[in-house]
Amino acid sequence: MMKNSLMRNVPENYNPYVSSDDYKSKKRVLIDKKATNSTVEYLESYSDLFDKLNITDGMTLSFHHHLRNGDFVFNAVCQEIKNRGLKNMKLAPSSIFPNNQCLVELIESGAVTDIYTDYANGPVAECISKGKLKGEFLMHTHGGRPMVIESGAIKIDVAILGVPTVDKKGNGTGKIGKSACGSLGYAESDVTYAKKVVFVTDNLVDTLDDYQLDGKYCDYVLKVDAIGDPNGIVSGTTKITKDPVGLKIARMTAKLLDEFGVIKDGVSMQTGAGGTSLAVAHYVKNIMQERGIKGSFASGGITGYFTDMLEEGLFEELYDVQCFDLKAVQSTLKNTTHHVMSGSRYANCFDDNVVDKLDFVILGATEIDTSFNVNVTTDSHGKIMGGSGGHSDTAHGANITVITTNLIKSHMPIIKESVTTVTTPGADVDVLVTERGIAINPLRTDLIEKVKDSKLPIVTIEKLLETAHEITGVPQKIERSKEAVGYVVYRDGTVIDTIYKID
Amino acid sequence: MKRGTAGTLESNDAMIMVKESDGLKITITSIVYDFFHEQIENVIRETLKEEGLTNVEVICNDKGALDYTIKARLLTAISRMEEEK
Repeated sequence: MMKNSLMRNVPENYNPYVSSDDYKSKKRVLIDKKATNSTVEYLESYSDLFDKLNITDGMTLSFHHHLRNGDFVFNAVCQEIKNRGLKNMKLAPSSIFPNNQCLVELIESGAVTDIYTDYANGPVAECISKGKLKGEFLMHTHGGRPMVIESGAIKIDVAILGVPTVDKKGNGTGKIGKSACGSLGYAESDVTYAKKVVFVTDNLVDTLDDYQLDGKYCDYVLKVDAIGDPNGIVSGTTKITKDPVGLKIARMTAKLLDEFGVIKDGVSMQTGAGGTSLAVAHYVKNIMQERGIKGSFASGGITGYFTDMLEEGLFEELYDVQCFDLKAVQSTLKNTTHHVMSGSRYANCFDDNVVDKLDFVILGATEIDTSFNVNVTTDSHGKIMGGSGGHSDTAHGANITVITTNLIKSHMPIIKESVTTVTTPGADVDVLVTERGIAINPLRTDLIEKVKDSKLPIVTIEKLLETAHEITGVPQKIERSKEAVGYVVYRDGTVIDTIYKID
Repeated sequence: MKRGTAGTLESNDAMIMVKESDGLKITITSIVYDFFHEQIENVIRETLKEEGLTNVEVICNDKGALDYTIKARLLTAISRMEEEK
């Protein structure tokens, strides 16, 4: 065991995290792209898929999570692994959701021993937290995943990808079909670098003019009745919070961004799909409309709120790696300036990526500490309940990274002296906005200077911690296991923190 | 046996039941048990002391309530117990 630069434990056989811009001293590594085909072969069933592709013990299979909590493909493959009694399988889904519960049994039996993912929530996350996975568990970022795939750090034997519509050349799109999910950004690296690629679809058409996934890399197509449940794929609408505390935080955030001087012509931004994040977008939108400001682009997981802003002319373009709601899916079809993009284009540190061009990003936190490190991977017991997704990618890329959160949630102060698990390093987190005050990272002397005469309640993060403790009391220290169950891998491939076992 | 209940199981609240007993007994379940059970127990003990109650059983099901909420719920539960004929 050694310590990385944040004093977190890293085992000897992994590279320790150094700094968020250390990737600049490294060279991009690219393995050969997979072989191309002029024709595709059709499969009869998942069983036929395993036969034709000769899927055997110990292979690595990959998946995307664009069908989210409605996905049928990942679960069907898990069922086939179980039926065949395969062992030591390695799975690389871009995220794991509560509906992937069937994986728990495979982990416990040793059918699946290694998992690489960007986010995990629900029964599978809990099972891994309890130390049931026998092999390696690595949690990447949405930008780090394409990087470890293109560099060959993770070698995919077969990518099995749900694709809402596929044509006879094997070209794929998520924009149309009964299981439409919009962008298929997280699948693009798998399509380009896996040894073999299978598209599973419930809508086969003759030809597609507009497609995101290139048929030349597609080896096989499996037509099934349904690749997912539309109700779980996208939520109908994502809405602004009605919570007065969330709205107060959002108003303060928009005012602060305005005082920083970033809400001006050409502004680019990203927010999450949470209610408070969308409320920030709402107040920023009001300022833009009042002053006739036209922004350049918004990016990320796209919601209907941003497609409305695009249609109202408040942004020139949207860059979309993943659609969060139905309105966003529909917009990918009708708005030519709503671009779908790959996970690599979105956030790979070695690519000409979109996050580096962001003026500001609004993000959440499960915990934040007095060094501004953020945890969105585990709860305060250390149980896995999330993961970076694009958190640490956007935090590094954006010029200003703002964390918005309630100071206290259900008796727990969100600010800690030291976070349970580091997802995003404090050096990339610039501002914390809570209902009881704003703290700016002392490293950002430029931002502090800009708001030195502000009437906003700007205090130190230590003062916010003190305020929280006055209300909640100081939490008792808990004993934590020293047994590692997995690692948080930063976007450059280094280990930023260890995830420990819980009871 | 007289008893009284107050509170809800909504987050940031607690449901508290008090009943007559031979001695003092406090049972706490909480979503923040590992971090705040000592503090919750102290609030309950202090409040019982202020009310001069020694022979009661208190069952607290906490969903992340702050100290003043715990105290308010407990006082209401006590007064409901005492109203019971």
